[in-house]
Amino acid sequence: MEALHLDGSPKTPHVHFDPETGLLELKGRSIPENSIDFYRPLIDWLDQYSRAPKSKTALHVQLEYFNTSSSKCILDLFKKLEGVRATGNEVTVLWHYEADDEDMLEAGEDYAGIINIPFKTIQIEEVDGK
Amino acid sequence: MLDQIHDLYDEMEKRRVMLSFKGNLTSELVSALLGLVENKMEAIEPDPRTRKRVFNVLMECLQNLYHHTGPQPGSSSTEPNGVVMIAHQDQGYSVLTGNFIVGSDVDKLKGHMDRINALPPDQLREFYRETLADGKYSTNGGGGLGMIEIARKSGGKLEYGFVPYDQHNAFFSLNVNVTS
Repeated sequence: MEALHLDGSPKTPHVHFDPETGLLELKGRSIPENSIDFYRPLIDWLDQYSRAPKSKTALHVQLEYFNTSSSKCILDLFKKLEGVRATGNEVTVLWHYEADDEDMLEAGEDYAGIINIPFKTIQIEEVDGK
Repeated sequence: MLDQIHDLYDEMEKRRVMLSFKGNLTSELVSALLGLVENKMEAIEPDPRTRKRVFNVLMECLQNLYHHTGPQPGSSSTEPNGVVMIAHQDQGYSVLTGNFIVGSDVDKLKGHMDRINALPPDQLREFYRETLADGKYSTNGGGGLGMIEIARKSGGKLEYGFVPYDQHNAFFSLNVNVTS
């Protein structure tokens, strides 16, 4: 299985999903008009990954902004990872937020309240690649 | 028309309008408007939280315009047509939008905004979580979260109005205040 790599753009995040290390990254901004189109390949990739996942998977989410069109798609990524965890693998979501961005911390807590995956919030100085 | 330019300028100056746009909204224009406001906010607003909230509200409002507005009724254009404005207030910022909607959608939209306006912040957050988790999608993916998020980021009530335009259409106006 190949890694999924997408460069970031002003409206879409940098994506790097590595099947060899189980390290998944979503960084930058997720504010496209149509998020379903953008997230479909990510969901499909996770679908395939979940058939033979690493014993440890970590998804790092480091977003400066995301729109509500992305919100449910991001939840879908987490749901796919719930599936990976349900088959006995270790899965962690690491939700990064800028120190002055309480709203982003709250957004992470909203997800943490919905999904059944260990969820860590990590305070950072600034989102990478701004 | 010429002398009205000065009136228009005066009016905008008086209302401390930072940006206003009327016309057809494309994806590129959404990006351009967001970029302009982001730069301007960086220069005038010292509080990063307020900057981000204004950006978030504008982003959601522009998405609403982009996805939900119709062409001006009776015009030959088929492009979505709307108006957006950001004004600096003593207590923060106002994001104002206006667009045409189908008359039969008015009651549903009004009911949704009234429900949001009636909720205190903790229950609004709960409503957001429930809507996020409900598994329903709209065609653009938002699935009913947009207005809730706008209200959460505003911290105030959604101010809205509907003006009947013709037999089938209405003009929807929304004012969102973000206090700093």
